[in-house]
Amino acid sequence: MRKAELAMAVVMGIFSLYLMWKSAELPIGWIQGEGPGGGAWPFWLAAIMLISCITIIIKWVRRTSPLSRSDEIYMDRGTMVAVGLVAGSLIVTVALFYVIGVYGALPLFLIFYVRYLGRHTWPVTAAMATIAPVATFFFFDIALKITLPKGLPIVEETIFYPLYKMFL
Amino acid sequence: MGEILTLLWGGFLIAFEPLNLMLIIFGCTVGLFIGAMPGLGSVNGVAILLPLTFLVPPTGAIIFLAALYYGAMYGGAISSIMLGIPGASTAVATTFDGRPLAKLGMADKALTAAAVASFVGGTISVVLFTFFAPPLANVALRFGAPEEFALMLLAFATFVGLGGDDIAKTIFSIAIGLVLSAVGLDIISGEPRLVFGDIPGFMRGINFLVLAIGIYGIGEMLWTVEENHKAGGKSMMSEAVVTVERTLNNLKELLGTWKTMLMGSFLGYFVGILPAAGATPGSLMSYGIAKQISRDPDKFGKGAVEGVVAPEAANNAASTGSMLPMLTLGIPGSPTTAILLGGMVIWGLEPGPLLFTQNADFVWGLIASLYAANLFAVIINVAFIPVFIWVLKMPFTLLAPIIFLLCLIGGYAPTQSLHDVWLMILFGVVGYFLRKLDYPLAPAVLAIVLGPLAEPALRQSLLISNGSFEIFFTRVYSAPIMIAALILLALPLLKPLMGHLRRKKSKA
Amino acid sequence: MIQTKHQLCGLGLALGLGVAAAGLPQAAFAQATMAWEPKKPVQFVVMAGKGGGADKAVRFMQSIIAKNKLAPVPFTPINKPGGSGAEALVYLKGKKGDPHTIMFTLNSFYTTPLRQPALGVNIEDFTPIARMAEDTFCLWVNSDRKDINNVDDFVKAAKAKGNGWIMAGTGKASEDNLLTDFLNSAYGLKMKYVPYKGGGKVAKELAGNNADSTVNNPSEQLGFYEAGKTKPLACFTPERIDLFKDAPTFKELGKDFVYFMQRTVVGAPGMSKDAEAYYQGLFQKVFDSTEWQGYMKKKALQGKALSGDALMTYWKKERAVHKQMLMKMGAIKG
Repeated sequence: MRKAELAMAVVMGIFSLYLMWKSAELPIGWIQGEGPGGGAWPFWLAAIMLISCITIIIKWVRRTSPLSRSDEIYMDRGTMVAVGLVAGSLIVTVALFYVIGVYGALPLFLIFYVRYLGRHTWPVTAAMATIAPVATFFFFDIALKITLPKGLPIVEETIFYPLYKMFL
Repeated sequence: MGEILTLLWGGFLIAFEPLNLMLIIFGCTVGLFIGAMPGLGSVNGVAILLPLTFLVPPTGAIIFLAALYYGAMYGGAISSIMLGIPGASTAVATTFDGRPLAKLGMADKALTAAAVASFVGGTISVVLFTFFAPPLANVALRFGAPEEFALMLLAFATFVGLGGDDIAKTIFSIAIGLVLSAVGLDIISGEPRLVFGDIPGFMRGINFLVLAIGIYGIGEMLWTVEENHKAGGKSMMSEAVVTVERTLNNLKELLGTWKTMLMGSFLGYFVGILPAAGATPGSLMSYGIAKQISRDPDKFGKGAVEGVVAPEAANNAASTGSMLPMLTLGIPGSPTTAILLGGMVIWGLEPGPLLFTQNADFVWGLIASLYAANLFAVIINVAFIPVFIWVLKMPFTLLAPIIFLLCLIGGYAPTQSLHDVWLMILFGVVGYFLRKLDYPLAPAVLAIVLGPLAEPALRQSLLISNGSFEIFFTRVYSAPIMIAALILLALPLLKPLMGHLRRKKSKA
Repeated sequence: MIQTKHQLCGLGLALGLGVAAAGLPQAAFAQATMAWEPKKPVQFVVMAGKGGGADKAVRFMQSIIAKNKLAPVPFTPINKPGGSGAEALVYLKGKKGDPHTIMFTLNSFYTTPLRQPALGVNIEDFTPIARMAEDTFCLWVNSDRKDINNVDDFVKAAKAKGNGWIMAGTGKASEDNLLTDFLNSAYGLKMKYVPYKGGGKVAKELAGNNADSTVNNPSEQLGFYEAGKTKPLACFTPERIDLFKDAPTFKELGKDFVYFMQRTVVGAPGMSKDAEAYYQGLFQKVFDSTEWQGYMKKKALQGKALSGDALMTYWKKERAVHKQMLMKMGAIKG
């Protein structure tokens, strides 16, 4: 925890500096007769972020905050694997939206999660992987007319054009 | 008075026509589910179903959409409580205590409290609406940029002390939320700002929902994955059960919160009336005040029923309130009413000061249908509580992928852009790491809601006043709000000082 | 009709005499010439946020199309309000060749690419579908100002207050800002321009006496006008607007200045000719519908339907005009 506390404060401090630099693209000072310039709001607030980070670091050095004294492990190996797998699978799923679309990627995600992370039986997995995407399709694409990403044009043309024709 | 009652009676006759009654029930039910879906909420629900309304006459159309609006306000609490994900900005405050209650195995209590408080807030506000619409419209009209800024400052002030124990981390969270709220376009200078990497998706700014679903949806779920991992795969979302006895007890306990309900209802209604404020600041302020006046403020954030009651009474009251400027001034009091206004154009009605006289049937039919919509929404909502509780008892490994799915689609649906989905995952992961280090994240979410309302109002005021801050203290409506906000902001600083002085005195 | 003719030509070239020689029956021929139609929901991009004027118009057109069953698929509005339309323009540009994406534009269609050349947007690339209307502008003051009844009174009052005179408008370098600059230079005023988010908000600021004057569209002020809260002094139109017969045009007052805001449907760049023809035909039908005509009348919208090359010529002309205005304002350099 101790190391993580410092690392996070440093990373966020650097991020604040970046935000300050980026905000300074617009005037950050007071414009006579107009009030603060366009960059002032984000610039000075990012400066407050930076001060907060520095305070956290000072507390860390002086060991006055609870986390700076904590010997607990920030993330043990098991947690890292469990959380990493879930987060990773989400990223892969969204990346697949571009290729095979929501309705190709969601069943894969559900199979992975239910079968391999959840260790449920195949029938349960299969039920989830079919019912959820079908319900999603009818709720979003058909009832609410929110067209979810279909991936490459070829996927949409071959699979979804007939479906649109049938239900829309 | 008598005249109003006659008109209202006429309105009830319209609202209870079979077609309109069906529309109310249908609208409430659809709204409930749309509101419960993270990412959809009343704004998108109304926008999406707007084209359906040409099938019915205008009065039926507005009745349907108003019922949908109401249903969605009720439904917003459901995902806040069950999943900890606010479906819309109006339901953020409901997560603060709704989610802890669900985790303690009292999801049924929280859901009942939300439904009842919504009903009370909705009903009180409709009564206020019925009798005091036109005079209040004039107050709303006088509300300019200085008043808006004062109100936002007041909303912030009521939230002092919401954060965690570490003040530096709380301030960090508020500041990052406000900075992120500035992404996109600076409307005063017309220049783009903070468009990271020139990615077009940042030009429209960072939607509140992206941050909220990221932090409360993805981040919270990753956190639960960790807990679940540590508990050996045994944890559940909530272990609540529903029995008649429990429900009666819940209701009995709710009777004790009548003061909070009344406060939330009145506050929500008056804030809702103010143009551009809407239900979100109303529900946040209501929560903040409920905490300040509570005899047991430490319970807030850990599962206080008042913490659910206050924002829910306020957000429903505010949604009625926000119809007032829409009908009488033709300006929206909330994003949802902005779309309802568009609907009125489609139906061929001209909102504005003359609507009450020229289209009395429409107005009074709408008002009467709000009474009815409230009643049906609470009945439908309570009837579904056992279903929701049953869903929560599904094994975590089955529920989790469904919630992730809802988050991904909920992040996509409002803007239909994958940019927002990526951003949401990023916020979720960073939020998870920050949360592990005890950074409070609720202030960031609040800041991103209030920031885009506060900053332009501040700068517009200063433009008008030639850069002088006097403008906030010399206007009839802004001065008292501003002073109240400053006092509230100063209180946490004064308290220790006063304590110090008192101690000194007693020593002497 | 346009698309059928076009299809016939194309088919004639493609199949030549072969088809006729093969002696295919007439029915098969008709089948083959069936015009292009959208096959999936059409994205109708709005350059502004939900609930604004453009958004309302798009949702209105969407309902006309659905109600009269003019298209086989739904039209779904998508709001891309970022960067005064920059986000929407970049998005549409990226949809090159996509026949299922169209957009509804305003005058930021000209000004945004001019002000932000880095976007690399050339409006000549887009497919001209249909100009649905031209919105008009008038100069408005609050009715409480009994001392202001015409433009002369207005000039006198505004001069007296110098830069303390607040003109509310819809954004920097927007239509309202251009008109304010025009008034300032034409009458030697120093009005202060304060940008707000959206025309409805601007109208309310005037009605609530939080601003001294505005240059709203009639549709934005109509509610307040009818309730006697605000009044138009003069309009930036070639002829008087029917709704406000008493308000002269600036032309009558000796300032030859006319300004409109286009309300136009554009298609993604590189759309096929067939798709272009389809949308042109569709929006002509929308334009001719009684609903749209009634809407135009009620909202004091003007302008005939314009499409294809005529629309492109109009764009080029308007872009040149806006370039001049922005340069004069100092918002862009030569």
